[in-house]
Amino acid sequence: MINFPILSLITFLPILGMLIILFIPKRQALFIKTFTIIITGIQLALAIFLLSNYNFNLAGINDIKSFQFVEKFRWIEIDGFAWLGKIKIDYFLGVDGLSVPMILLTTIITFIASISSWTIDKSIKGYFLMFLLLDTGMIGVFVALDFFLFYIFWELMLLPMYFLIGIWGGPRREYAAIKFFLYTLFGSVLILLVMIGLYFSSMETLADGTRVFTFNMLEMMNPTNYTQNGILSPLNPANLRFIAFIGLFIGFAIKIPMFPFHTWLPDAHVEAPTAISVILAGVLLKMGTYGILRISYPIFPDITKDLLWWIALFGAINIIYGAFCAMAQKDFKKLIAYSSVSHMGYVMLGMAALNTLGISGAILQMFNHGTITAMLFLLVGVIYDRAHLRDIDGFGGLGKQMPIYTGFVTIAFFAAIGLPGLSGFISEALVFLGGFGNESIRILAIVSTLGILLGAGYMLWTLQRVFLGTLPDKWKELTDLDAREYIMFIPLVIIIIFLGVYPSPMLNLMNSSVNTIVDLVEKSNEILKSIGSL
Amino acid sequence: MHESSLINISLFILFLPLLGFVITLLLGKKVKSIYIFENLIIIITFLSSVYLLFSKLSYFRTEKINAELEWFGFNNIINGTTLSINLGFMIDNITAIMLFVVALISMLVHLYSIEYMKGDERYNRYFAYLGIFTFSMNGIVLTNNILMMYIFWELVGLSSYLLIGFWFEKKTAADAGKKAFIVNRIGDIGMFAGILILFFTYNTFSFDKIFSSIGSGILPFNSDFWLTITGVLLFCGAIGKSAQFPLHVWLPDAMEGPTPVSALIHAATMVAAGVYLVVRIFGLLTADAMLFIGIIGMLSAFIPATIALTQNDIKKVLAYSTVSQLGYMIMALGIGAYQFAFFHLVTHAFFKAALFLGSGSVIHAMHHEQDIQKMGGLRKKMPLTYWTFIISSLAISGIPLTSGFLSKDGIIASSLAFSDLTGHYLFPIFSLVVAFLTAFYMFRLIIITFHGKPKDEHKFEHAHESPFLMVMPLVVLATLSIFIWYTPNPINSEQGWFLSKWIEKPVLHTPDKTRFDFMKMGNIESNLSHSYIESEVYKEAMHHSHLSAMILSGLVAVLGIFLAFTVYQWKKIDADKIAKSINPLYKFSFNKWYFDEIYNKTFVALTIGLSRVLAWFDNKIIDGIVNGSAFLTKHFSFFIGNFDKYVIDGIVNFTAYFNGFAGLIVRRIQTGKVQSYLALVIFSIVILLFIFK
Repeated sequence: MINFPILSLITFLPILGMLIILFIPKRQALFIKTFTIIITGIQLALAIFLLSNYNFNLAGINDIKSFQFVEKFRWIEIDGFAWLGKIKIDYFLGVDGLSVPMILLTTIITFIASISSWTIDKSIKGYFLMFLLLDTGMIGVFVALDFFLFYIFWELMLLPMYFLIGIWGGPRREYAAIKFFLYTLFGSVLILLVMIGLYFSSMETLADGTRVFTFNMLEMMNPTNYTQNGILSPLNPANLRFIAFIGLFIGFAIKIPMFPFHTWLPDAHVEAPTAISVILAGVLLKMGTYGILRISYPIFPDITKDLLWWIALFGAINIIYGAFCAMAQKDFKKLIAYSSVSHMGYVMLGMAALNTLGISGAILQMFNHGTITAMLFLLVGVIYDRAHLRDIDGFGGLGKQMPIYTGFVTIAFFAAIGLPGLSGFISEALVFLGGFGNESIRILAIVSTLGILLGAGYMLWTLQRVFLGTLPDKWKELTDLDAREYIMFIPLVIIIIFLGVYPSPMLNLMNSSVNTIVDLVEKSNEILKSIGSL
Repeated sequence: MHESSLINISLFILFLPLLGFVITLLLGKKVKSIYIFENLIIIITFLSSVYLLFSKLSYFRTEKINAELEWFGFNNIINGTTLSINLGFMIDNITAIMLFVVALISMLVHLYSIEYMKGDERYNRYFAYLGIFTFSMNGIVLTNNILMMYIFWELVGLSSYLLIGFWFEKKTAADAGKKAFIVNRIGDIGMFAGILILFFTYNTFSFDKIFSSIGSGILPFNSDFWLTITGVLLFCGAIGKSAQFPLHVWLPDAMEGPTPVSALIHAATMVAAGVYLVVRIFGLLTADAMLFIGIIGMLSAFIPATIALTQNDIKKVLAYSTVSQLGYMIMALGIGAYQFAFFHLVTHAFFKAALFLGSGSVIHAMHHEQDIQKMGGLRKKMPLTYWTFIISSLAISGIPLTSGFLSKDGIIASSLAFSDLTGHYLFPIFSLVVAFLTAFYMFRLIIITFHGKPKDEHKFEHAHESPFLMVMPLVVLATLSIFIWYTPNPINSEQGWFLSKWIEKPVLHTPDKTRFDFMKMGNIESNLSHSYIESEVYKEAMHHSHLSAMILSGLVAVLGIFLAFTVYQWKKIDADKIAKSINPLYKFSFNKWYFDEIYNKTFVALTIGLSRVLAWFDNKIIDGIVNGSAFLTKHFSFFIGNFDKYVIDGIVNFTAYFNGFAGLIVRRIQTGKVQSYLALVIFSIVILLFIFK
């Protein structure tokens, strides 16, 4: 076992880096860039070190004993504060099979995004400060087990993102940044309300036997901790659990983004600089689905179970609607953005299946979509850097001019349309196997297979319009990939192929956690009965 | 020799071409002669496949060799169950023969391409693509489960996409590649749905395990109907891959690819994968599913045959002929002629590859001219190409002494027997009509291309016989189109080693009540290895139909060839006049029954239209609501701002103003004169005194 607080280190290393950069003069741009790459590199190494020490058999989810690398101590303590009683908030970090894949994803994507940020040429210092702050926020979300702490990280991430889009973005950056910010803030408010409601509905027992209200997620998952008349307690006949679930779900769904809350995404992507698009699609979108699996499912298992069909329905809508919208786009980046909407639909469909195959598929799809879409955005960035154009119809025949670039694009496109041998196939297949295995959402799973066809349609059509056909004269000057770009793409390609051929390590990593989630939700009625509800 | 060594060889055969692909692709730019490496790889692959075939047939002729390993798995600690997804390989005689066929044709095409593709700017990449194709195709052949079948199925789709669009600068080539992939995906969705049903029901993908579960009475959703649906859904994959009606439209377009590719992928091997799939899932097909398959096959045999009659592009004629012959095989499976279907797959692979490579030789000689109306008289210039073309055409027409006669005659005999047994008389009628049409359009092609006078003197002058590496494959393949390789008796294949010893007999696992009457096993059902073709009823029906089939099929083939000669060689009948007199029919055939036009106007237009509508909806309505609410909030805040400014603050200011105004009035009395103040004080005191008196 590791005997130093590795999670805190991974989480706050970027803040440390940020503090150092603060004292570096502006003109040392090269140093700032290199330094950021080193910081994210160390972070990635730490994540791999964490993985190598991770015990695959422990489940986590709702049991603190099976969480790993736990750090827990009292953070805020206010005694006897009016009628609220004692306020005790923990600094509580820990990981399980749900969060480790996300930490890996985040560190990989951030590392590659920091390399991609090399081309930033406007207020470099500020950019990398924001970049590192964002990094801490993202990791924090995936390691926090205290709802209050989770919420702080969740909000922490918002601020740098706003500036990164709003300052370093494209022509309509201010509009996009504000839209992103307000939309996500709207979701945050919903999450905040539910969090407060949950706080006043569940109590934990302290070591000295006193009972206090709690922000601890794991305590919130334990039905015996519910108070008799808390507003979100199932023991209270007039509880608002249903509404709270919907609110929390919308809060997370905005991040996924789920139809009809998705329209911030295309704008944000189109305006954001490449590296930020990569992080946005690669990591931020996963926070929505992660939140649902981490918080909504185990804390509201009863409601979850009743609403699975609806989750699947919205998943199916995302898949098909997103694919149709992608097909009609003329802007390369917007097309990839809509394909994200479509591909995140598979995650929702898999979650709704509520069986081992489906949820494994969903988590794997989160990881795979992260790497594949990151690659797609990087690839669009490559051509945008050279041609300053993203209009799909403005290109043609690049396959001749930039053969290696085209090769990488082909791999990424085929990964996105679920070609076997590449990672996307495994997760999509698992989602469908899971979805078909659940009788209530079977039809939706079958309908969603249409997404496979539409995906092939818009991706190959794009491939043709940009890379095949004859090369217009004005693009005869374009150069193929340089060394820095190779460094970005090769690791991603290796991951995409590796997980497509041998997904076993990743699936084993999450297996026990997935089973625990399934079990928790499946048995929710019995548990609620046992504590006297229903 | 041990069974496991066969598995080892087969894995070697499988992965060697993958190695070739990776190395050739990565080094292709730097090392100009890396294609030699890929060619060596394929030669070793071929030799290994010969060794495998030989060992299998001599030492393990009746065995079915299986090997499996876990790919990934799920443990459910809570209820103690585990689920593993396996990778598995299975070698029976069909596998070994198929591997040999794929490796042989792939090798010949590799060698042929050394000359044919010479001077291409992406020469090495071309060979790399051939490598990944061979790998994927071997995967399809070797697998023992439906999931892996699907995986390699998609991978051949990829290699097909890459090779059709190899000359991607041409828009038509790029279009054709895309069309092939997407049309195939339509079928694949059906296949995938079938796989979902199978996995949900049996918790395994393995063919054998699924068959034994069906044998013990476990059916999808516990119903015969769903077993039929499962079979039909899986067959959808074959409809796509084998270019069957109504998804056949991609194959003629796929001729945009280099001609050797057309020979390998779009004639001999990949498109036959659909037939191979049906061979593999044959055990779970119910009578209804088989009938469905038979009808699709029959239509796919007939429709393209009518189209091939009027086409002028040499490769298009052959492409439609391929669809038609694949339809023949599919139909054969539908009517239970399992062995003949596979037999025809093999014989067709050889003679169709020979025809395509022959057409490639012609195109090469004519400087990339594909229109047969501009050819003619090539017989003298290219004797070897011509004679191999003739032999292969005789084979595809089903003339005795050729391999094609054996397999085709078998299918026709089976269709006669089938109509005897079940009353579905359309099958023999259509198979004879198609046989007639085939003989006709093939010899029309030969006569226009090779006989008569050259139409383009300039090109004709420069035409020459192809170099050794291109002619050698033609000779090999034409030789393989002779009967002797399959049976010692040129008119009856059933006693030959190929059918009686090598190809396994079909075994059904479906419940008795879902089968055709003649396939019912009755009380011997418990013996699972028992095949219906050994039943007395079937044997007798086949015996009856044997002679008439032979006579009829020989007759229609000869008739077809004779008619072709009458019209195009001796010009006793004017083709143009006939075309004019039946103009609507001619146009219908010439325009390929308008399939593309119809699909473009319906499905394609609908999809694109829908995507535009939804994108508009997304942009204007969904995002409109978002922006609208922002707009409303903003304007509401302006309103509140103004309210605040003018009303709330107005009240404040008004109060101040009022006070000020009041002050203005009151201050009039503040004169600053002591006298007036004094007078006021006194006046006030007087009043106060009055009040408080």
